[in-house]
Amino acid sequence: MTVPSHLQYTAQHEWVALEGDIATVGITEYAAEALGDVVYVDLPDVGASVTAGNTCGEVESTKSVSDLFAPVEGEVVEINQGLVDDSSAVNLAPYEAGWLFRVRVSGIPDLLSADEYSSLISGS
Amino acid sequence: MTVQTSKLTALYDIHRALGATFMDFAGWAMPLRYDSEIAEHTAVRTTAGLFDLSHMGEIEVTGRESGRALDFALVGRPSRIASGRARYTMICDVDGGIIDDLVVYRLGDERYLVVANASNATAVARELRERARGFEADVDDASERWSLIAVQGPRAAAIAAEIAPLEVVSLPYYAITKTVLASRDVLIARTGYTGEDGFEVYCHPDDAAGVWNSLAAAGKRHDLRPAGLACRDTLRLEAGMPLYGQELDRTLTPFDAGLGRVVTFDKEGGFVGDQAILDRRDQGSERTLVGLVTGSRRTPRHGHTVVDPSSGEPVGWVTSGAPSPTLGHPIAMAYVDPSRSMAGTPLKVEVRGSDVDVQVVELPFYRRRH
Repeated sequence: MTVPSHLQYTAQHEWVALEGDIATVGITEYAAEALGDVVYVDLPDVGASVTAGNTCGEVESTKSVSDLFAPVEGEVVEINQGLVDDSSAVNLAPYEAGWLFRVRVSGIPDLLSADEYSSLISGS
Repeated sequence: MTVQTSKLTALYDIHRALGATFMDFAGWAMPLRYDSEIAEHTAVRTTAGLFDLSHMGEIEVTGRESGRALDFALVGRPSRIASGRARYTMICDVDGGIIDDLVVYRLGDERYLVVANASNATAVARELRERARGFEADVDDASERWSLIAVQGPRAAAIAAEIAPLEVVSLPYYAITKTVLASRDVLIARTGYTGEDGFEVYCHPDDAAGVWNSLAAAGKRHDLRPAGLACRDTLRLEAGMPLYGQELDRTLTPFDAGLGRVVTFDKEGGFVGDQAILDRRDQGSERTLVGLVTGSRRTPRHGHTVVDPSSGEPVGWVTSGAPSPTLGHPIAMAYVDPSRSMAGTPLKVEVRGSDVDVQVVELPFYRRRH
């Protein structure tokens, strides 16, 4: 299971890549595998404000639906439009082409390091 | 994951080596998927899939009056099944509620194999034992002595032809025969739960790995893939087949589920639940099982409420739903008020806080081309 060391994580299995004040958000490979083939992602609207820890969308696979939680606080500035038509990138490349949305960050809660997240998923 | 505390099938190590993701199903650690459940689903529709179904319950009923005992215990008439043939049937409570849906194979004049869902196997065996009292019949829960492997899909017959005797390939649908496969004694039936042609192989757990490996090897050039329970569920849903616990349960009679055709009333000596089921047939049911489709990407799922599109009043509930890999849009089965059951009726389903437009369609969603 890949857990890239340059990313930060949440206990809800999201990853965050911070560059300046822009955070790119996706779900981890662990989450993508647990969900199975993702067939639909419901993403927040561009311009929407999201609150860390609150629901901001859904990830739907053949077997189940999971809430998407905002890992940070801020305004959504971009969503991965390509996933709307074909969400298979969430499974194929969860840390790259499968990114979900970008937020201009106004607040960041404590996130997990790659090591911390790795021990979280190996313990579950 | 609770793999350590679950029962393991004889094929567990093979599934692990194949990289399966496991799920707990009725106390069994079963392969949910090996890689992509959509790819597994597509393989069954276009080539073939290989399933471990060893969690299913096998109950042997034998003896001079085994047929009569089953006629009394079940809603169908197993005593009229020809030797070597099978029937889909149900076992109901005195109040008509469905305890389980079953496949009954007649293996000989005085020998039947009753296959029950994993979650109900113990209850079914107990009920059969109880109901067989007073008949010259023995009921034996043999689930531990049988493994079950299914090969399903349009290439299933070609795969079977490579390793099974000729008579297996010409086996009619819903027939079963004793044969030798990969030098092991097995029962092969032309049955399944996917909406495709295929075979189910019953063998001793000690022989399961050998049978699996032979089928996998023979299937290689037919693009056979190991397939998990995730795709089994979307396959049966597309085929409009009910799943116990979703479309069927103790609160419903066979007539509620639209399966009144499996009930035989004119049996000498009656059967358990006959009066209640007859009443339900004559009164008509308060609900009808229908198919729903939507152009939305959001999927109606088990437990969601079906509502009237203008008043928002509840008119039913969703029993199963999934994005259909074959059709490319979400499909669902639902119980609705009979007045809303006509194909083409527009309805809405409350999907996690917002309504999705759906339309009633006839079942099944998918039918194979013969």
